[in-house]
Amino acid sequence: MVERVTSLMTNPEKIRNIGIVAHIDHGKTTLSDNLLAGAGMISTELAGRQLFMDSDEEEQARGITIDSSNVSMVHTYGDDDFLINLIDTPGHVDFGGDVTRAMRAVDGAVVVVDAVEGTMPQTETVLRQALREHVKPVLFVNKVDRLINELQVDSQEMQVRLGKVIDHVNKLIKSMNEERYKAGWKVDAANGTVAFGSALYNWAISVPMMQKTGISFGDIYDRCRAEDMKFLGEKCPLHEAVLDMVIRHLPNPLEAQKNRVKTIWHGDENSAIGKSMAKADADGDLAFMVTDISMDPHAGEVATGRLFSGSFTRGMEVYTSGSAKKSRVQQVGIFMGPERLEVERIPAGNIAAVTGLKEAIVGSTITTLSDMIPFESIRHVSEPVVTVAVEAKHTKDLPKLVEVLRQVAKEDPTLQITLDEETGEHLMAGMGELHLEVIAHRIERDKNVEITTSKPIVVYRETVKNKIEPVEGKSPNRHNRFYIYVEPLSSEIVELIKSGDISMRMPELERREKLIEAGMGKDEAKAITAIYGTNVFLDMTRGIQYLNETMELVIDGFEEVMKAGPLSREPVSNVKAVLVDAKLHEDTIHRGPAQVIPAARQAIQAGMLLAEDSLLEPYQKVFVQVPQLNMGGATKEMQGRRGVILNMTTEGDLAIIECRVPVAEMFGFAGEIRSATEGRAMWSTEFGGFDIVPTGLLTDIVAKIRERKGLKKDLPRPTDFIGL
Amino acid sequence: MLTFIGLGLFDESDISLKGLEAIRNAELVYAEFYTSSLMGTDLEKMEKLYGKKIRMLSREDVEQQPDWINEAREKDIVFLTGGDSMVSTTHVDLRLRAKELGIETRLIHGASITSAVAGLSGLQNYRFGKSISVPHPYRSRRDVLVITEAPYDTIKLNSELGLHTIVFLDIDKDKGYMTVNRALELLLYVEKQRGEGVMENKIVVGIARAGSEKPLVKAGYAEKLKDFDFGAPLHILVIPGKLHFIEAEALVKLAGGPEELLEDLSQ
Repeated sequence: MVERVTSLMTNPEKIRNIGIVAHIDHGKTTLSDNLLAGAGMISTELAGRQLFMDSDEEEQARGITIDSSNVSMVHTYGDDDFLINLIDTPGHVDFGGDVTRAMRAVDGAVVVVDAVEGTMPQTETVLRQALREHVKPVLFVNKVDRLINELQVDSQEMQVRLGKVIDHVNKLIKSMNEERYKAGWKVDAANGTVAFGSALYNWAISVPMMQKTGISFGDIYDRCRAEDMKFLGEKCPLHEAVLDMVIRHLPNPLEAQKNRVKTIWHGDENSAIGKSMAKADADGDLAFMVTDISMDPHAGEVATGRLFSGSFTRGMEVYTSGSAKKSRVQQVGIFMGPERLEVERIPAGNIAAVTGLKEAIVGSTITTLSDMIPFESIRHVSEPVVTVAVEAKHTKDLPKLVEVLRQVAKEDPTLQITLDEETGEHLMAGMGELHLEVIAHRIERDKNVEITTSKPIVVYRETVKNKIEPVEGKSPNRHNRFYIYVEPLSSEIVELIKSGDISMRMPELERREKLIEAGMGKDEAKAITAIYGTNVFLDMTRGIQYLNETMELVIDGFEEVMKAGPLSREPVSNVKAVLVDAKLHEDTIHRGPAQVIPAARQAIQAGMLLAEDSLLEPYQKVFVQVPQLNMGGATKEMQGRRGVILNMTTEGDLAIIECRVPVAEMFGFAGEIRSATEGRAMWSTEFGGFDIVPTGLLTDIVAKIRERKGLKKDLPRPTDFIGL
Repeated sequence: MLTFIGLGLFDESDISLKGLEAIRNAELVYAEFYTSSLMGTDLEKMEKLYGKKIRMLSREDVEQQPDWINEAREKDIVFLTGGDSMVSTTHVDLRLRAKELGIETRLIHGASITSAVAGLSGLQNYRFGKSISVPHPYRSRRDVLVITEAPYDTIKLNSELGLHTIVFLDIDKDKGYMTVNRALELLLYVEKQRGEGVMENKIVVGIARAGSEKPLVKAGYAEKLKDFDFGAPLHILVIPGKLHFIEAEALVKLAGGPEELLEDLSQ
C-alpha cells in the first residue's frame, strides 16, 4: 500500500485532496471510516464501530470529532489508481477553526447532509468556509435508510425529500458565490455530483452508479424496507460511489491550484513562485502552508499542511514567515490515519507532514525563498467569545503550564492564550464552553499538568458610537503632537476586512477599488495605513517631513489601543482612527518610540471615550428542536436569557425554534433546557455575531470587567489620557 | 527658583565654579542622565564633591510627571544634566512648565559637545549646518525594521551647502550606546538603498570620550572608519562638508586624516 501511495504522489493528475464536512452528527466520521475500509486501509468489521479517524480518547468518549485527521488512501477508478488525501473535520460549532484550516489544505469537499434533518446551521457554515477558500463541493446525502424506515415515507415522497435537500444545498451555494455556482459548482444528481446512501450500512448510489449497476431508486426503497442493506452494500459499495464521484468531479491539484492560488495568495502571479504554484511545479521553489500542528511523543512537533510548490526532502533548509531563522526539515511524511509514514520526498500538490520546523505555527508559510510573500492568513469565521483563567494546581507546575499553554495555542489557532499583565493570570479564550472544557481536559490528560480553571467569562469588544473632532495627543517630551479623530467604521468595510477581501498585503490599487466600491471616499481609501482586527488607521496628512518613518510607531500605538480599548481593556472592533495632522521634533531621537507610541495611543484612547466608547457582546444562534408539547418550556428558557426568537417552524409534531441569545446568558443552558423540556429538546448553536450591550447594562458590565482586571473601578475619562 | 546646571563633558570636575556654588546652596538637587552621561565619574564621587545628595530622575519623571518642579515654588532647587542643559535636549519644556507655574528659572552653562567637537576636530564652528541623531533601528510589532533616513537627508542637505554635520549617537536604556562604527554602518546601508552618493568616498571624523584626558579623534573614509576601534563610549560623529585649508590641515595633523586631503585643496 505504501509503495502505491508513494508512486502516485508524484503524479498530480492522479491526486485528489479532499475534506469531509458536515453539521454535527450527520455522519462524517462514519463515512471516512467506511471509505478507509473500502480502500483496504482498515478492516470492514472495525469501520463504523471503532471510529478510526477519532483517535483521541476524548473524541471516542464524547462520540464527536474534535481535531481534523488526515489520511491517504488509494482508489481504483476505471483502469487507474488514484491517491485520495482525506481530511475529516469536526462538525461541532466550538471546533469550527479546524474546518477553516482543513479547507486551506484541500481542493474539494464532500458535504454530508442527513436526509432526515436536511441542511442545518453548520452545513451552511462549513459550506461557506469551503467556498471562501475556493474549494469545490460535491454532496453526499446520508442516512437515507432512516428516511425510509423511521419517517416511513413512500418511494415517491423519498425522492421529493431528497430533491429538496439538493435544492437547499444549491440555494446556499448560489447565495454564497453566484459566480462559482454558474461556473458548474451547482450540485446535480443527474451529472453525478450527488450521491445518496447510508454511511453506517456502507452503501451509496449516484446516477452514474445506477447506470452501471442497474439499481434504481425503487430497488433502494424496497431493500431498505426489507432491511436488506447487505445487498445494497455489496451491489453499490459506499466507497465506490463516493470516491468515483470525488475522482470524476473534484479537481486534481493541477486544475485546482491554477484557480485557487489567487484566492489564498496575494503576491505577483507572474513571479517565478506565482507561476510555480499555479502549475504545482514539483521542481519549483518550496511553498508550503501549515494548517495543523500536532505533538508526536517521539518526533516532537509535526507540521501538517498543503504543499503548493516544490518538493520536501529531509535535511533541506527553509524559511518560516515571520521569523528570520532558518529551520532544517527533519522528517518528511504522510498520514495514514493516526500513523505517520516517513517517505523520501513529497512533491507539490500533496498534503505533507514534516518535522523540524521549529518556528512554524498554524498559518505559517514555509518556503526556500527568503522574501516570499506569505499566504493569506487563514480566516476564522467564528471568533473567540469565552475566556477562562487557568492556574496550575501546584505552584511548582507553573513553568510547565506556561510551556503547555504555548503548545496548545500552537496546535489550535482558534485558541487565544494571553497573560493578563495586571493580574498575572493566564487567560484562555475559545469558541465556546465546550471548546475550553476539552482543551482543559487535554492539558491535564496529555500534558500532565493539573490545573484549575475559573468560571467562563464572556469576551466583549469595545467600539465607538459617534464621530468626534480631532483630539491632540502629545508626546511625553511635549515636542511632538498628533491630531487624530475616531468614528465607527461602516459595516460594509468591516465585512470586507472580515471576509479577507481587503488586506494590507494586497496591491494598493486593488484594495482602493474595493473600498470605494464599498462606499469609502477616494481620499480615505487611499489613506489606509493599517488594518488591525476589524479596525483601520488612516493617514490623511500631506507632506509632513519624516512622518513616513514615524508612521510605524504611530501604528504601534494604534495597535496597542485596538488590542485593549480604554473603557475596559477589551479588544476593539469596527473603529476608524484618522490622523489629520502631526507636528514633529526635528531630531530623530526626540521623536523615537518612547515619544511617538504614547502620543498616538493616548490620542486614540481619549478619542474613543469622547466618541462614546461602548461594548459589543457576542451572541449565539441557538437552534432547538422540541416536541410541540414542550415548546412552552423551551421558549420561556430562551426569553429568560435575553434571547430573541427569530423563527419558529413545525415539522410533524416537532417545533423548530431559531433564536439569538447573548453568550453572557448562555452559561448553564444545557442543564436548564433539559429540565425545562423533560429532556426532549435537541439543540445546537453557532456563532451569532456581536451586538451593542444595552445602555442600561453597560456601566455595570464595564465596572465588573474593570474590577476583575484589577483596574480602577471608576469609569475612565478622556482627561485620564490627555490634558484637555 | 529652578536652576538648570550643565555639568560639562566627562567627569565631576567639569562643572563651573558658579554651578558648584549653586549646588552647594541648593535645598534639593535633581539630575537626569538619560540624555547624556558623564562617563568619567559616578554618583558617589559627584555627591562627595558637591556635599549634597542627588535625586536621580527617570525619563518618566522628567517628561510625564515633573511634579518635583512644584517644589521650586518654595525652595531653591537645581536640576543637573550632562553637557549644557538646553543643548540637544527637550528640557526647554521644563522651563516652560515652570514659567506657567510662576517659578523663576536660571541657566548655568556647562561645556557642550557641540563646541567640543569643533575644538577637537579643528572644524570651524561657523561652518556647521543642522545637527541630527542616529538612533538604534526600531523593529515594530509588525516586524518592520525602521532604519531612519533622516541623518542621510540632513547630511545631504548640509553637504550641498558645503556645511559640516554633527551626528549625535543614541543612548538607549535597553539597546545601549550607539557607536561610530554602527552609525557608519547604518549610514552606508542607507547609501546603498538610496544610491545618491552622499556617503560615497566620504571623509568622516569619529570622536570618542570628549572631555577626558585622552579623547580620541580620528578622520578617515567612512568605509574604513567603520572598522576602526574607537574604544569605550561616548562617541560622536562629524561629517565634514567642504573644507577650508586650515580645517584640512587640522584633520590631517590633529585627527590622523589621509594626506590627500591637503592635495585635494591645492588643486
